[in-house]
Amino acid sequence: MANEIVFSQNHIPGIRGIDVYLENGGYRSVKKALEMTPDEVIAEVKDSGLRGRGGAGFPTGMKWSFVPRDTGKPHYLVCNADESEPGTFKDRELMEVNPHQLLEGMIVACHAIGAHRAFIYVRGEYVGPLRVLNQALEEAYERGWLGENIQGTGFDCHISLHPGAGAYICGEESALLDSLEGRRGLPRLKPPFPAVSGLYRSPTIINNVETLCNVPHIINNGAQWFRQWGTEKSPGTKIFSVSGHVRKPGNYEVPLGTPLMTLLNDYAGGIREGHTLKAVIPGGSSVPILPAEKCDINLDYESIQAAGSMLGSAGMIVMDDSTCMVWAARNLVHFYRHESCGKCTPCREGTDWMYKILNELEETGGRKEDIDLLLDITDNMDGKCFCPLGDTSIASVVSGIEHWRHEFEAHVENRGCPMRRRGEAELEGAAAAG
Amino acid sequence: MASLTESSRERVERIAARYPERRSALLPALYVAQEQDGYVTDEAIEDIAGILGISPAEVKGVASFYTMYYNRPVGRYVFQVCGTLSCALCGAEEVIRFLERKLGVRAGQTTLDGKFMFEVVECLGACGSAPVMLFGDRYYENLTLDQLDQLIDELRSRPADEPQRAPQLTGLEARD
Repeated sequence: MANEIVFSQNHIPGIRGIDVYLENGGYRSVKKALEMTPDEVIAEVKDSGLRGRGGAGFPTGMKWSFVPRDTGKPHYLVCNADESEPGTFKDRELMEVNPHQLLEGMIVACHAIGAHRAFIYVRGEYVGPLRVLNQALEEAYERGWLGENIQGTGFDCHISLHPGAGAYICGEESALLDSLEGRRGLPRLKPPFPAVSGLYRSPTIINNVETLCNVPHIINNGAQWFRQWGTEKSPGTKIFSVSGHVRKPGNYEVPLGTPLMTLLNDYAGGIREGHTLKAVIPGGSSVPILPAEKCDINLDYESIQAAGSMLGSAGMIVMDDSTCMVWAARNLVHFYRHESCGKCTPCREGTDWMYKILNELEETGGRKEDIDLLLDITDNMDGKCFCPLGDTSIASVVSGIEHWRHEFEAHVENRGCPMRRRGEAELEGAAAAG
Repeated sequence: MASLTESSRERVERIAARYPERRSALLPALYVAQEQDGYVTDEAIEDIAGILGISPAEVKGVASFYTMYYNRPVGRYVFQVCGTLSCALCGAEEVIRFLERKLGVRAGQTTLDGKFMFEVVECLGACGSAPVMLFGDRYYENLTLDQLDQLIDELRSRPADEPQRAPQLTGLEARD
């Protein structure tokens, strides 16, 4: 499709294999990039305005430029494929459908930052992507696109797979590095930032899968080409993972700035029959929930922020009028409570405390003062946790009470969830319809 | 309870050799141990510590941090059902209730015959095809209760000595 970059080759049969990939212009950007200096490659990516697609949205070219020169230490590139943000499932498709695109982007990135060694940290549950990538790596080594002196260019580049083992925190880049070094995945104090002292205390760049998959296209076609899509501050396209109460859930790559309702109705098929839109989490579970009346916005970094949420990982969870917002908040806080690494007190205790209160509200109604107590707890976590996991774990609670306080109060009055029985038949139906 | 076999030890050695620092092989090594015995035994922890040159306490500390490693024998067939929001919106609670009824155990418990255990896990990253379950080496997506019912009946009819179906991680020994 005309508006796709990283998914543009998905329709080609056999694109997963290196022969078909090469026939379709694969690995072209490696040759081009190796004829450029690292600074020229970085400048091109900077000019494109590409921002990190993992969630934080940091400008990629600028990140690359932070790697110091002449430290005498090896440099490393790490691809963050620990995709674990609830609502997000785009990297899995990128890896399973077009694995060589990722490897190509990684080789170019290695050249840009002066690395000859790279790792792909894939969450352990992603057995499928691990298998596909393993095969792709074998092919790339065999055909001389990885290894020593690739394609006779004099450039050495090695990529290894590394499986995680079930820990959301390892998507946080410094915790990922600890995990890759064979430790518990705990976030590190910054500074020093990984670009200066990362893996094995050496300069390290960590990029998301989707970010790296954009790189070959930017090198091949130029920064201005990339900027034909998106907005001034959010150039390019973005894969939105749409899930929840829509007719056609799935991954959709659209230009940044596409209206949310266009994505929801024209791509994802709209809300399921007989229901109306209630709320959308636009960027994965770590961002504030938007009520339906605030969903008339464009999907770019700045517009979503103006509406009171964030683009995040673009994992869009859609909820219709059958959804209880206390139940939803409990579900998400349960996630953070389980995934909190325990390193800092506000996150470890805060997520547990929030969960207990939300569980009480949902099951037996809790106390009226619990609602303000929840807000008090979130206030004592916001900006006070060691890493973003804790800081963002409050998103569903704060936005939930802000927009649906009456639902929280109704739980107290009703001695538990007033919608308790409503869901059963529908859940049965949804599971059976599958 | 078992120490690492000679072939498991060799695998761990091979994995360790491909990292700039041997300790990096710890997560893959724990998968090797789990593949051998179905869970990570105390003896395997000692062995891995010896091979990688770190203390058994450190190995145990890491093994207990990650949810994919078991420190006790678990069912031969382990179902990991995603319970996070997107799946919950699309019927995960029904899947869990169905498994409780069908297997007669709660999440985290193993059936008396030692065959089945199911767990409710956090987001598996397949929200667009909810509800989702990880079993063996594959995702069961858009899971229906009928499909699950048939799967369990089929697994029940298998011989009792069939090896455990733990996720087999490829790529552990990929070239570097």
